[in-house]
Amino acid sequence: MWKWLHPYAKPEKSYQLAGKLLPWFVVATVITFVVGLVWGLLFAPADYQQGDSFRIIYIHVPAAMMAMAAYSTMAIAAFIALVWQIRLAEMNIAAIAPVGAVFTFIALVTGAAWGKPMWGAWWVWDARLTSELILLFVYLGIIALYNAFSDKVLAGRAASILTLVGVINLPIIHYSVVWWNTLHQGATLMKFDKPSMAPEMLWPLIIMIIGFATFLGALSLLRFRNEILARESHRPWVSALVTEKLEGGK
Amino acid sequence: MFNVFFQVVNKELKGAFRSQSDILNPVWFFIIVVTLFPLGIGTDPALLARIAPGVIWVAALLAALLSFERLFKDDFIDGSLEQLMLMPHSLAWLVSAKVFAHWLLTGLPILFVSPLLAIFLAMDINTYSALFLTLLIGTPILSLLGAIGVALTVGLRKGGILLSLIMLPLSIPILIFSTLAIDAAAYGQSYLGLLALLGAMLVGAITLAPFAIAASLRVSVS
Repeated sequence: MWKWLHPYAKPEKSYQLAGKLLPWFVVATVITFVVGLVWGLLFAPADYQQGDSFRIIYIHVPAAMMAMAAYSTMAIAAFIALVWQIRLAEMNIAAIAPVGAVFTFIALVTGAAWGKPMWGAWWVWDARLTSELILLFVYLGIIALYNAFSDKVLAGRAASILTLVGVINLPIIHYSVVWWNTLHQGATLMKFDKPSMAPEMLWPLIIMIIGFATFLGALSLLRFRNEILARESHRPWVSALVTEKLEGGK
Repeated sequence: MFNVFFQVVNKELKGAFRSQSDILNPVWFFIIVVTLFPLGIGTDPALLARIAPGVIWVAALLAALLSFERLFKDDFIDGSLEQLMLMPHSLAWLVSAKVFAHWLLTGLPILFVSPLLAIFLAMDINTYSALFLTLLIGTPILSLLGAIGVALTVGLRKGGILLSLIMLPLSIPILIFSTLAIDAAAYGQSYLGLLALLGAMLVGAITLAPFAIAASLRVSVS
């Protein structure tokens, strides 16, 4: 049943597959970003309470969701890397981690920018913001660990172990922060419950979420290809590829 | 099987007692850090009692960080870690013995000096007993989590700072639940539920962490 997957354990095949998929992801990203942003920022009705400042939701929510999605992907890849010893899965972790960290950072910055008009402060120790901040720390730890090893095979294995440790810990961290928050601050904080959104606001949001997902995919594929090339640079197929490119450019 | 466990613990303790400063220094560090807070923010007993749980737990975290280096580093340098991995026993079991010995050498002394700090920070007896219980349950979790971090970074030349970057975010739940329990005790509420949560985390850490430590050691020593 899984036999069709086997060729892709070979870096060369995976590189080609990533190259084939990449344009589709890029096109989908461009289309959804143009449609979603124009619709969301220009045509969606303003919120009756928050006015126009609610529009940052079209960046903030997709970025936050994809930050977590990126980590889940890394965790699955880490599991595959450790159980079936597939090195490409380790490269996948190394490729996604910085993208996930940047998405987390975007979610934090847009959250702060949204918090200023809504809560009157750039930063409040809201449970979601706090666990997003800790997610960023975990991402940075994984990236730092990966970069600390000069032998990238070991680096990949170490990073996948840390990713799995993190994925067990992250739900615990999340719920502990939620309880800490409710016990410490109670209802003084503006509750951030999901409002039932009007469809004309919701549709652009869904489009933007799809857009961020394909954006994450496109960036990861790019970095994945680079990672394969960097790690396999001593292989004949890479040098063949490079010479082909050089000669094609002449 | 238990025989090996105690042999490893015994060896660790013997080694540690031959260089006593290794045990004493983190404890000194712990006391000094806690002492700095009254000096820094003033001596109002109400204020001190209010911040005491957080201060003591953050200091305990930092002291634990200092002591982790010696968990695997010396063994890694002189090659006895490789010998440990060659033993015909499960590596996860052997590292649990090492972590247990490490907790005896670093977690337990912190428990012993904690009454002193309770006096420094004007805690009452009810709050102190909560502090003692959270330290009793929480410090072994710290040792286990830290051991994962050390095992991942032991082969690196500049592992120390990286260890803290990896370990501190993961120890946040322990900090949160411990300080919540102590706060609850300070307000005269029941804190058994929070202790039970800490206990659940300890059980989870005891069952899962040794395998993560063993896997990380195999990466580092290769």
